[in-house]
Amino acid sequence: MPSTDKNLIIRYAEMIIRFRWLVIALSLLSVFAAGYGAQFLHFSNNYRVFFSPENPELRAFEDFQATYTKNDNIMFVIKPKDGSVFTSSTMAAVEKLTDMAWYIPYTLRVDSVTNFQYSYADGDELIVDDLIYEAETLSDEEIAARGEIALNEPLLKNLLVAGDANATGVNVVLQYPEKSITEVPEAAKKAHAIADEIRQEYPDLTIALTGVSMLNNAFADAGQKDAATLMPLMLIILIIAMALTLRSLSATFVTTGVILFSLTVALGLSGYLGIKLTPISVTAPTIILTLAIADSIHILISMFHNMRDGQSKHDAIIDAIRINFMPVTITSLTTMVGFLTLNFSDAPPFWDLGNITAMGITAAWIYSLTFLPALISLMPLKVKVATKAQEQGRMSQLLDRYGQFIVRRHRIILPIITIVSVALICAIPRIELNDQWVKYFDHSLTFRQDADYGLKHLTGVYQVEFSVPAKDAGGINEPEYLTHLDAFADWLRAQDGVRHVYSISDIMRRLNKNMHADDQSWYKLPDTRDLSAQYLLLYEMSLPYGLDLNDRINIDKSATRITASLDDIPTAQVRQFIKDSRQWLSDNAPEYMQSEPTGPTVMFSYISQRNIESMLKGNTIALIAISLILVFALRSLPLGVLSLIPNAVPILITFGLWAIFYKQIGMAAAGVSAVALGIVVDDTVHFMSKYLRARREKDLSPEDATRYAFKTVGTALIVTTIILTLGFMVMAASTFLVNEQLGLMTAATMIIALIIDFTLLPCLLLLGSKSTSAK
Amino acid sequence: MLNLKSSTTLFKSLVVSGLLLSALAPQAHAQDAAEKGYEIAKRSDESDRGFKDHKVKMQMILRNAAGQEDVRDMRFSVKEEPNPDLGDKSLIIFDTPKDISGSALLSHAKILEPDDQWLFIPEDEMIKRISSRNKSGPFFGSEFAYEDFTAQELNKYKYKYLRQEACPNVPELTCDVVERYPQYERSGYARQIGWVDTTDFQNRKIEFYNRADSLIKSLDFLDYKQYEGKFWRPHLMKMVNHQTGKSTDLVYGPYSFDNGLTENDFVKGVLETLY
Repeated sequence: MPSTDKNLIIRYAEMIIRFRWLVIALSLLSVFAAGYGAQFLHFSNNYRVFFSPENPELRAFEDFQATYTKNDNIMFVIKPKDGSVFTSSTMAAVEKLTDMAWYIPYTLRVDSVTNFQYSYADGDELIVDDLIYEAETLSDEEIAARGEIALNEPLLKNLLVAGDANATGVNVVLQYPEKSITEVPEAAKKAHAIADEIRQEYPDLTIALTGVSMLNNAFADAGQKDAATLMPLMLIILIIAMALTLRSLSATFVTTGVILFSLTVALGLSGYLGIKLTPISVTAPTIILTLAIADSIHILISMFHNMRDGQSKHDAIIDAIRINFMPVTITSLTTMVGFLTLNFSDAPPFWDLGNITAMGITAAWIYSLTFLPALISLMPLKVKVATKAQEQGRMSQLLDRYGQFIVRRHRIILPIITIVSVALICAIPRIELNDQWVKYFDHSLTFRQDADYGLKHLTGVYQVEFSVPAKDAGGINEPEYLTHLDAFADWLRAQDGVRHVYSISDIMRRLNKNMHADDQSWYKLPDTRDLSAQYLLLYEMSLPYGLDLNDRINIDKSATRITASLDDIPTAQVRQFIKDSRQWLSDNAPEYMQSEPTGPTVMFSYISQRNIESMLKGNTIALIAISLILVFALRSLPLGVLSLIPNAVPILITFGLWAIFYKQIGMAAAGVSAVALGIVVDDTVHFMSKYLRARREKDLSPEDATRYAFKTVGTALIVTTIILTLGFMVMAASTFLVNEQLGLMTAATMIIALIIDFTLLPCLLLLGSKSTSAK
Repeated sequence: MLNLKSSTTLFKSLVVSGLLLSALAPQAHAQDAAEKGYEIAKRSDESDRGFKDHKVKMQMILRNAAGQEDVRDMRFSVKEEPNPDLGDKSLIIFDTPKDISGSALLSHAKILEPDDQWLFIPEDEMIKRISSRNKSGPFFGSEFAYEDFTAQELNKYKYKYLRQEACPNVPELTCDVVERYPQYERSGYARQIGWVDTTDFQNRKIEFYNRADSLIKSLDFLDYKQYEGKFWRPHLMKMVNHQTGKSTDLVYGPYSFDNGLTENDFVKGVLETLY
């Protein structure tokens, strides 16, 4: 480093000490000004935030919803303690719940077995009426007879009535104006209140709440729960870690100040920027806490070291700033670059995670170089010289011996570690991408319990939608169209993992039968287009408010909607199902009937792939940018390029290990490398810079320089790795699976990176330096 | 009833005493508002008395949130029922789309019970009576319920007078704003708010609220024309569904009044002869 730079930094450090009161005042002022924005932070409660506006699956689904209706729903799953739901009492409860559900805000329609619009013939009369009306006045026999009808009705069985008749559902479709963040919680709250009221009146019934709206509500629940538990846990762990490493109350106090300030500023600025919190971005504080501590610890450790050497407090602080200014800046920069590449992701919550964390890292960098020296210069400091030196001695002796071992055995270690690494990396293709969004939430959340209950006893939230076009306006009544639609519905029903299929062709069959005095032999599709159209007209004239077919047929009757409800199957199987259904249509249906599957389940089935594709570009750019930073920081082109290996390999090995031990991973996979890369780099930087200093300033041989590097930064690397690993393990304790996987993988990457820095990196340095020293 | 011609001071003192009264006797006030609301609806109803019958061609234009459109044509004839406790009789003949051409719907409106309705199915040459309890279901896949565009029967609702203000759509007119509550069983609407002008006593706008009390639809009555120097008819009715973003326009051609239609033109048997 040129000496003028050094002088500049020294002069800067002196200024900080001289104007420390001003610096402290300005720091506090900036924290309050930025922190004020935190009040604008809100939890998002819409699964759509996981998809960028450009996401093709989202756009297809938005079109679909504009044609039919939105399909945000709340499903009440109702199950008596034992036996059939078709009793007078249970049906009375269902009828009451159906009626009450209309009072849920933003309700568009309510479907249940009681208000199912059952049509039948009576002489020249077509009667369309609620399947069960005033259940209390009906005998159990009468109710059982209606139950028989329900179980024979393809539109009800396995959707609103379980095949074994032991559970039933009330499905509420909602359309939110999407003007206020309180809409979803409002509806969810009302739904819970209704469920409670019914439970109280009918204590024999179990009622579970599932559906897309409850899922959306759970995002906020999960995020809030995480924010309330993980952040405090992290703070406690960090304070203990600081107390152990710094052994000073004052230093711990000041560092706690720095990390809390960084956190406040990051969250406050996010509030001003209108960033919506999601279960993913809400982990940013935990990450900021973990990363913000590093800058302070480096500076404080140097300061204590200087004081132990007999420097005065002020001189020790100034020198600590001088030594650490560049390393702290470089590592902050590389970490920031890593997190900012999350903006390449297709999922906006990852953008937010990256940007909030990047703001936190910047704040930590600033406060570590301003507020920290200013405040610590005012604090009482005691240095216990003897014990500290003893322990450090023991540790560096151990590390020195390890360094000797590496130097002696590097020719054997290098091939072994290379083979192991390559073998592990080769396992990566075994990874299976899985994003079953109910499973994003862990079992401690009510939503997960309820959704599992619903899946077990009635039906799930995984639905694949098709809008099947007809040849022209009114074309859905063409026999050719209806026949193929019917065949498609039958084929779908025959597929593994399909629980229910809703198709308009079943209504047409029933109407045809009704029009022929309910003769079962007429339970088939009408012969001509006009007949179908006129039957449908008749039926539509008879439907009550909220139970029309507008959500099933588009306005000019040129397309209808088929909905397949799936079991709890992995998304790989969903992707196969999507492919198969496309293939079936192309093989069996006319050209004009080709239809693209859509819906949240389809969107989530491709979310990991989309994000990985988009992040590949981001990661490549990050790797190049970070290597350039290292070339500049180390002032060595070959070492900057060489650093790519110890930086990239740990992430690849982590994926390999994951493939072997867990196999399935969700969209977290796309974020791991961006989060881990910038942090992993720090260790490499520290190790390489010490190695280079030994080579350049102390003129040591590569072997001695390697030993020197182990002796000087080995401890620091181990300590920071422990802190980082703990931090990401805390993140892995999240109630949200994406965070759990992201945390676990990043923690694993930290440990593997340490191992790589302790094995592969020195071996490579020794190997590379052989040729240069031979010259 | 407020006299608009009285001086402003008198008006103010009336308002003040009205406010005092309302504070002292909310019960009486509620009754007054109900009565006044009913009177306004009645006056509107009476303004249309004696039209005997009318015939009109109408076009229904449906739009969804994606901006797609569909157009349907039909003919509509109505015979007035002089007894206010009985509903009017009406007949709709569908002309397009082609696949339902010739289908016809005959309705005998009732006040509090479900209407009697029959549909003629030309392809089967068959008449089916439609039995349905609910009147507020959508008509023909549109945003209109059948009751939304047929005669507004006076006794189907209870009323509450709210206020007076400039009319929506025609700001030069003053409107009475009246809230009304459906009295028949199983309506999809919890309440409606109607704007009735104080000059011609015609509906200018109606807002529909569902049971969760959110605004679901609004209906604008536009292009009023007078017939026979007496009867006002809108020639464009625009219904917008605020929940789904779908909308339906009903565009009317010229009306013809007093066509000499009799009870016999509105019996079940007539359906087959139309084809």
